[in-house]
Amino acid sequence: MEQKLVSKRFDAINPLSIDDYLESGGYETLKKALKRDRINIIEEIETARLRGRGGAAFPAHVKMMGIAKEEETTRYIICNADEGEPGNFKDRHLMEKDPHQFIEGMIITAYAIRATKGYIYIRGEYDKAHSIIEWTLEEARKKGFLGKNILESGFDFDIEIRSGAGSYVCGEEFALIESIEGKPGRTRVKPPFPTQKGLFDKPTLINNVETFANIPHILEMGGEAFAKIGTQSSTGTKLVSLSGNVNNPGVYEVPFGVPIKDVIEKLGGGSKDGRKIKMVQLGGACGPIIPEYMLDLTIDFDRFEDFDSKTGAGAIIVMDERFDVFDVLLRVAEFFEHESCGKCTPCREGNLQLVKLVEKFINRRATQKDLINIESLARVMHHTSLCGLGQTAPTAILSTLKYFRDDYLDLIEHPEL
Amino acid sequence: MLEDILKKHPQHEDSLIEILLEYQNVKTKRYITDEEVEQIAKYLGVTESKVCSVVSFYTFFSTEPRGKHIIQVCKDVPCYVNGSGNVLKTLEQLLNIRIGETTKDEKFTLEYTSCLGNCDGAPAMRIDGKTFTNLNPNKVKAIISEYRGVN
Amino acid sequence: MVNIKINNTNVTVEEGTTILDAAKAKNIKIPTLCYYPDLDIKSDCRICTVEITGQKGLVTACSTPVRDGMEIKTNSPRVLNARKTITELMLANHDANCTACEKNMNCELQTLANTLGIDENRFESVLEMQELDTANTSITRNPNRCIKCGRCVDVCKNVQGINVLESMNRSHEMFISPKYGRYLSDEDCTFCGQCSSVCPVASITEKDDTDLVWNALDDDKKHVIVQVAPAVRVSLGEEMGQKPGSIVTTKMVAALKQLGFDRVFDTDFTADLTILEEGNELIHRITEGGKLPMITSCCPGWINLVEQQYPEIIDNLSSCKSPQQMFGALAKTYYAKKENIKPEDLFVVSIMPCTAKKYEAAREEMSADGKNRDVDAVLTTRELGKMVRQMGINFDQLEEIEFDDPFGITSGAGAIFGATGGVMEAALRTVSEVVNEKPLEKLEFESVRGLEGIKEAEVDLGGQKVKVAVAHSLSKAKQLADQVKAGTSPYAFIEVMTCPGGCIGGGGQPYNTTNAVREERIRATYQVDSDMKLRKSHENPVIQKLYEDYLTKPLSDLSHDLLHTHYHKRRT
Repeated sequence: MEQKLVSKRFDAINPLSIDDYLESGGYETLKKALKRDRINIIEEIETARLRGRGGAAFPAHVKMMGIAKEEETTRYIICNADEGEPGNFKDRHLMEKDPHQFIEGMIITAYAIRATKGYIYIRGEYDKAHSIIEWTLEEARKKGFLGKNILESGFDFDIEIRSGAGSYVCGEEFALIESIEGKPGRTRVKPPFPTQKGLFDKPTLINNVETFANIPHILEMGGEAFAKIGTQSSTGTKLVSLSGNVNNPGVYEVPFGVPIKDVIEKLGGGSKDGRKIKMVQLGGACGPIIPEYMLDLTIDFDRFEDFDSKTGAGAIIVMDERFDVFDVLLRVAEFFEHESCGKCTPCREGNLQLVKLVEKFINRRATQKDLINIESLARVMHHTSLCGLGQTAPTAILSTLKYFRDDYLDLIEHPEL
Repeated sequence: MLEDILKKHPQHEDSLIEILLEYQNVKTKRYITDEEVEQIAKYLGVTESKVCSVVSFYTFFSTEPRGKHIIQVCKDVPCYVNGSGNVLKTLEQLLNIRIGETTKDEKFTLEYTSCLGNCDGAPAMRIDGKTFTNLNPNKVKAIISEYRGVN
Repeated sequence: MVNIKINNTNVTVEEGTTILDAAKAKNIKIPTLCYYPDLDIKSDCRICTVEITGQKGLVTACSTPVRDGMEIKTNSPRVLNARKTITELMLANHDANCTACEKNMNCELQTLANTLGIDENRFESVLEMQELDTANTSITRNPNRCIKCGRCVDVCKNVQGINVLESMNRSHEMFISPKYGRYLSDEDCTFCGQCSSVCPVASITEKDDTDLVWNALDDDKKHVIVQVAPAVRVSLGEEMGQKPGSIVTTKMVAALKQLGFDRVFDTDFTADLTILEEGNELIHRITEGGKLPMITSCCPGWINLVEQQYPEIIDNLSSCKSPQQMFGALAKTYYAKKENIKPEDLFVVSIMPCTAKKYEAAREEMSADGKNRDVDAVLTTRELGKMVRQMGINFDQLEEIEFDDPFGITSGAGAIFGATGGVMEAALRTVSEVVNEKPLEKLEFESVRGLEGIKEAEVDLGGQKVKVAVAHSLSKAKQLADQVKAGTSPYAFIEVMTCPGGCIGGGGQPYNTTNAVREERIRATYQVDSDMKLRKSHENPVIQKLYEDYLTKPLSDLSHDLLHTHYHKRRT
């Protein structure tokens, strides 16, 4: 069931050893890529139909081609390693277990779009990954994979690490750019998009760690072969972060199209102590909460009708029957209330009101009116917030209003209690 | 000490977060004072308001003195369903402080953190730069004893 | 050109036009809050949300460019519900005690709530009352009313280059203030008041001094006189419901008389006097090898900036006091003596387009006797508007009255002080005639007029070509100041005005000041000038008489005592 591409070296090599990486075929793709036509590389990725692995699932080649066509010659490339979405830890595994792989992908991408400088933005909580990447970059420099005139190709490129300082919203691309610029992580108005006017107002490509990790594999096997993995709309594999009440939590790599249930049962060893699964949150705090009977759903990028992103960055959080929907909703609501940047009204004020409303349900003070209000507010926040944080913050509420409506009704039917 | 750190960074606005992180890490009591805000602002050629906007935005930065060790407990869902409540309770009892407080001997500060990305080892906590996973009350006791220098 | 549909009406607009502008062109009103003409698009209030057919989410009209074939609904039920929800969210965190608010009936949030028909808030109040900042003499900040639209941050950071106001914290705890919520006076605020001018609610306002003035007017022992700045006559009309650019000089004088002022004088008079002092100072510096470039000193926001951030160039500032303070000094000495009034019984009020003038008047140097203030109270144009309304004066029906003697005889040169480039032009009219010893063929120096950020001109002074420059808004002023500091400034004389457009765009001017409004006020200012018999300060007969009778000559010892001052490094 597993199909290992980007995780194939996990636990098989010493991540601190560049020789291990080289012996397993590492940097071979880079060597070949540096001799290829740049646009041709982007076209290969187009053939592969690679979509961003950070949650937004945007076609990777579109952003690359966009930058390649910009007139400005100072261009930046950023690896988004700000994996702050609760329940996601696959980028940490990529960085800690095979750090050269995504860096190789980043160098190839930089070459294809003629980027002049790269940044890896790692969340401040990832201390170990940070020091591994620091070491890895130094090793890569020593071998001439980074720096001036990489492998005699005439291409100059180097990468700097920037650290987050405790802010979930910095995973949003413009918030991340602002953070690298030394500002609070608050998004900017789009357009212009980062590919037009990004870091320091220069064209900037931002990709997730896993997206970059896929690049060497696509070039190695060819875009067509890559596109055959997974489903029509979602090609390749996905790293899944499995957590919650399961026997074997961890990171698993599966082709798109695998049922969620199989990941939980076959890879995760099922729920802990054989308890009944009450609900599963997909993607992370920003994702929908679905009941056990919906676990036949497959892992792919297709979206639910009413709210965004099913798979997101690939988190599956399993919760068994001991837990109440509102226990989870309160934590999710408090999370967003704490992490909102405060810039736009619906997110800044709305998340606080969501917490208040959820508390009202928990305290059995909610009325029929509150049920209407929480639904209406959640929808307005989803439709009008400035960035992905505010737009997806109410997903858990919207999905539970749909799939666990009785849980809400139970709490308002007995106001006297 | 701050001066030495400042000198290492270019006098550009984008050095601000790096400077704050590096300085706060080596500073006893791990917080940023008004005087330091002024000094950093002057070095970077930005206003103090601008520095304050950054210090107050990111949760890593503190304007209040904190303990020698900062214990951060994850409160998000994957840890919650694996018993993070017990971890917190144990810590509060052991240290005799509530979340957000610092022990009298200024050795520990107890804080919440957003997800540490160690949900495969939930529940998790982070002390200074180190993450501890698969916690239970006994494990927490052992870890704190070690930091206390007992046993 | 692209073709779109707004509310089923076909609209053809240029590519790149925003939905908001496209709608405006068709007279379709989309409500806004954080949007302000001429400032950055922030798109953070989300009020101008509209629906695009085929798109699930809503988009903000201010930030979304039109695409060919776009079908936009600006008032669908979904849009109205979203706007209503967002407004309720704001109101739930806003001190909505409207009748106790300066902007009651003139508040953008209140108007919005009314238009949307919000009679009940579905959300519970989450407002936590904070302390007000009343620690300075110019500007009051009431954080309990702030709706975090970000206009003030934008104007402070990007237009003025000051960056004292910033967003602190995050989430619903985010607030806008100087460092960590402390006082404006804890940071290098210049008190320009541009923040108060763009605030949609009354979260930032001028410090209200109207009661102080009412009390003085009510005091029989006090002889209360008032001076009115050049820029007020071309803007006060807006406070009274007239269109921008209306010239209301004589009605304004009549209104001030009705309010009970004993004499109504014109700051244009001391503007003329400033030209004689400053013009002669410039000639002196050029001929005697003094510090150049010389930079104007009549703008208090600019003075604050130099004293805070550019102490190195203090000697470049003209030592002249501003027209407001020259007036105050003369009032408490020359006028008091002439009218046989004890200075302590004289109460001097000035009506200014400016919030920083309140700070200037309170500076300890601004005292002829070393004890009492020369100017006792400063009101903004907005505050004067408020007093006129409080009195129930029917402004349009007022008779037309001229300023009183002696400080009412003025020249067009004094009048143009209100517009960017005006002081420069007024000075050049006098300086070139004095130096070149022949009348100017053309009085108008067009190259220093208008809204361009930095303007330059070259003038012939006694056969010597001299370069001059004019800057308005502090971000532009800083560019020239940086040159002066670096010793690379090519100019002999620089005029700086803190506010965009000069005083006509001052921080104390009527609300809704935009570039379009500034243009109208500027046009009116030059109209006032060209309508006058006297156009040059040195030809003002009362000024000439003042020198004959009292001051002897420009830069005399008495002039230095009364009309000049010293600046020094300080924090406001």
